[in-house]
Amino acid sequence: MPKDHGIGASTKRREDVRFLTGAGNYTDDINVHGQAYVHFLRSDVAHGRITNIDTAAAAAMPGVVRIFTGADFEGVGGLPCGWQVTDKHGEVMKEPPHPVLAQGKVRHVGEPIAAVVADTLQQARDAADAIDLDIEELPAVVNMKAALEEGATKVHDDLSDNLCYDWGFVEENKGAVEEAIANAAHVTTLELVNNRLVANPMEPRVAVGDFNRATGDSTLYTTSQNPHVIRLLMGAFVLGIPEHKLRVVAPDVGGGFGTKIFHYAEEAFCTFAAKACNRAVKWTSTRSEAFMSDAHGRDHVTKIELALDADNNFTAVRTETYANMGAYLSTFAPSVPTWLHGTLMAGNYKTPNIYVNVKAVFTNTVPVDAYRGAGRPEATYQLERVIDKAARELGVDPVELRRQNFITEFPYATPVAVEYDTGDYHATMDKMLELIDRDGFAARRAESEKKGKLRGLGINCFIEACGIAPSNLVGQLGARAGLYESATVRVNATGGLVVMTGSHSHGQGHETAFPQVISEMIGIPEDQVEIVHGDTANTPMGMGTYGSRSIAVGGSAMVRAAEKIIAKTKKIAAHLLEAAEADIELKDGQFSVAGTDKSVAWGDVCLAAYVPHNYPLEDIEPGLEETAFYDPSNFTYPAGAYACEVEVDPETGVTTIEKFVSADDFGNVVNPMIVEGQVHGGIAQGIGQALLENCVYDENGQLLSASYMDYAMPRADDLPEMAAYTVDHSCQTPCTHNPLGVKGCGEAGAIGSPPTVINAILDALNSGGHKVDHIDMPASPSRVWAAINNAS
Amino acid sequence: MTKVTMTVNGKSVSGDVAGNTLLVEFLRSDLHLTGTHVGCDTSQCGACVVHVNGAAVKSCTMFAAEAEGAEVATIEGQANADGSLNTIQQAFQDYHGLQCGFCTPGMVMSAAALLKDNPKPSEQEVRAYLQGNICRCTGYHNIVRAIMAASGQEVPAVAAE
Repeated sequence: MPKDHGIGASTKRREDVRFLTGAGNYTDDINVHGQAYVHFLRSDVAHGRITNIDTAAAAAMPGVVRIFTGADFEGVGGLPCGWQVTDKHGEVMKEPPHPVLAQGKVRHVGEPIAAVVADTLQQARDAADAIDLDIEELPAVVNMKAALEEGATKVHDDLSDNLCYDWGFVEENKGAVEEAIANAAHVTTLELVNNRLVANPMEPRVAVGDFNRATGDSTLYTTSQNPHVIRLLMGAFVLGIPEHKLRVVAPDVGGGFGTKIFHYAEEAFCTFAAKACNRAVKWTSTRSEAFMSDAHGRDHVTKIELALDADNNFTAVRTETYANMGAYLSTFAPSVPTWLHGTLMAGNYKTPNIYVNVKAVFTNTVPVDAYRGAGRPEATYQLERVIDKAARELGVDPVELRRQNFITEFPYATPVAVEYDTGDYHATMDKMLELIDRDGFAARRAESEKKGKLRGLGINCFIEACGIAPSNLVGQLGARAGLYESATVRVNATGGLVVMTGSHSHGQGHETAFPQVISEMIGIPEDQVEIVHGDTANTPMGMGTYGSRSIAVGGSAMVRAAEKIIAKTKKIAAHLLEAAEADIELKDGQFSVAGTDKSVAWGDVCLAAYVPHNYPLEDIEPGLEETAFYDPSNFTYPAGAYACEVEVDPETGVTTIEKFVSADDFGNVVNPMIVEGQVHGGIAQGIGQALLENCVYDENGQLLSASYMDYAMPRADDLPEMAAYTVDHSCQTPCTHNPLGVKGCGEAGAIGSPPTVINAILDALNSGGHKVDHIDMPASPSRVWAAINNAS
Repeated sequence: MTKVTMTVNGKSVSGDVAGNTLLVEFLRSDLHLTGTHVGCDTSQCGACVVHVNGAAVKSCTMFAAEAEGAEVATIEGQANADGSLNTIQQAFQDYHGLQCGFCTPGMVMSAAALLKDNPKPSEQEVRAYLQGNICRCTGYHNIVRAIMAASGQEVPAVAAE
């Protein structure tokens, strides 16, 4: 029987009721009495010098409260970067200033130049149109390799060139890797693009700044995955507001996928302007603004070489990647192509020699930062594509080639600085092969061929580093923050309790899953537990939600705080039962004395803590409230094996997904229903990357894909049907270093699926005699058709 | 400004609107019915779907003034009279058809319109009908499952059941 509560139960989500009845409270639903509205005048050129900006006429327009330009922000800090990469020469990365409003130059389409605050949004828009603005357009750099050429236009005049950093990892391995490649029996080389994507949470970003003249306190309501991080970055580095005078609230947030981690100019602006105007200031992004102001994702160009010995053992991997930073460094941008990517280049394999080179490049495009998976999809994509190519070149089974190179003993220290604690890659591979029914593939291919279609089977294995992250380790790697998580457990006098967590739910269902853990620990019903998150005023300092970290790090903090509560309640129970503390057992919400029938209920112990009449006050404080900060000792390493079958119509190049299966190892699972939902969503985004989505700039830096008319979001009929789709997480090797044995599941689908789909398409094309080694994502019909016809 | 009067979720409401005020703006700003969401500016995403005279309409593509005299239904009016979730809403919860919840009101309103016209849709029909509603969280799998279940058809159970 499946469990009906606690860890492992598919408890239905309590948050659904408000979302299903229109009672959610998203940031745009928040209106502060007397608020004004801001409209940003944004650059319509990719690169230019502001030669004139005259706001006088606009300021006289009806309803205008005030117009701000870069000049108003000269004494204000720029948007900070939270990670400093040191390059292969020991030099720190170039870190140009990132102004809230453009200072003298604009460097990407969409960069805010001026902000009009007015009584109504319409008035703000009208006045923005009346600003007299002259921009001397300069040549733009868009292509990364061109941006690094001698004499290329510089995005930042004060920098020597457009190279942010040239990172080598691990530099000491470089010689051994070169030697292994030189001595290899076979080397497979692949050059590929990891396409630029836009995260596109369905809720556009919103910021409402408020200022209380009576107290001098500022409040920002914002669509953030990590309100404490925003408070720290904006307060300490941009506006100079101490944290005790600044409150950041991220209420219901309509999806994040990474792009709502970062501190954005609009947040700082609304907070600043509310004080300057003595009036709340609200900004709601349009979708078109979102495309040119939300940080984008991916955008890597990579050459990977895989060396094998005569027995097809992997002997070396060497990669050279160009990573687009865009025009400015977004909050965690430098970490994505380095520490979230280079450290994963071992994948699931015992390759002894690995060297990763990453050149991070400034271009006249929107900043690029973490998007679901962040670095790990890029690592997986290269590795799993080149392995498949090697299998084709060598004429060996791609399953067997992977199997013979799998890491099988744990813990396993990779040559790229991480230590996998647990895993069983053969188990996920076995499960995947069973689910896809590989034995029946030949018959299905024959059926497809009868219809004139080419059928391909693609597989992929992957590993992630989640549960981000051990603070001392990431500190050595350049992080300017700790990556612990926090929780306060406040037990009320009648036994119900509130968990105030630094994790933030924007779709992940924490309000349901976190109480399942508490229920399991204490034995009280889940509905006796309330989760509070998203407000710096009533949660302990926490780092928020990203990197599949909530249950692994935030959940662990909650467990630690609950353990403190349980320890204290056992002391109280021992007093009430006149027994030794060591003999007290807590089960199903009852404290009992081992070996006796004496017991006291959880609620009675809680009441005693708050009404301490019969209470050992000399030994124990009254009250029941505990806080814990949990800093993980290692990353977690979820891993999986995915398979996909596609049909390609050789006449049109149209690809359809006929079957998709995933076998994930997430360690222990708290709520299987939620976990599967996370995987579904990740796979949809990965299939979107593989087949549909592409963020495209023209050579002048104009964003061509700036709406849902041009950027192909996956729709319901782009994805596999129910009968052809299975997500499985039954292979479980629990994490060894966190109390729940969990690994995290939020990003797996987006990491595992793109190479699976492309490998399947290439298998299909090759089965039809089209010798195609590579096709870039998205594998649109025109690209597939061109590949078929160029190869034929 | 034009005076506009309509029935929203069974109640007569009126307000003064500019000629370019969208129905969704009127619902959200004037009536404080913030369950209807705006996810794009090109009528692609469907987060703003409501019913106007029984038909599913993207309320970002219609002026408030055009709804003069109309019967408008929004997500806030969908629950049963006793406040419990209606069949479609309940199926969305039972089958985990939502995550962040932002697209959900539009999805539920579209699903209701679909099932009114086509009480037993095939999976392909559900997927085709949802082309005008974008969800970024769920991959649609459980939304499709929820709608099929709400129509009384057999669907695979959610996890671990």
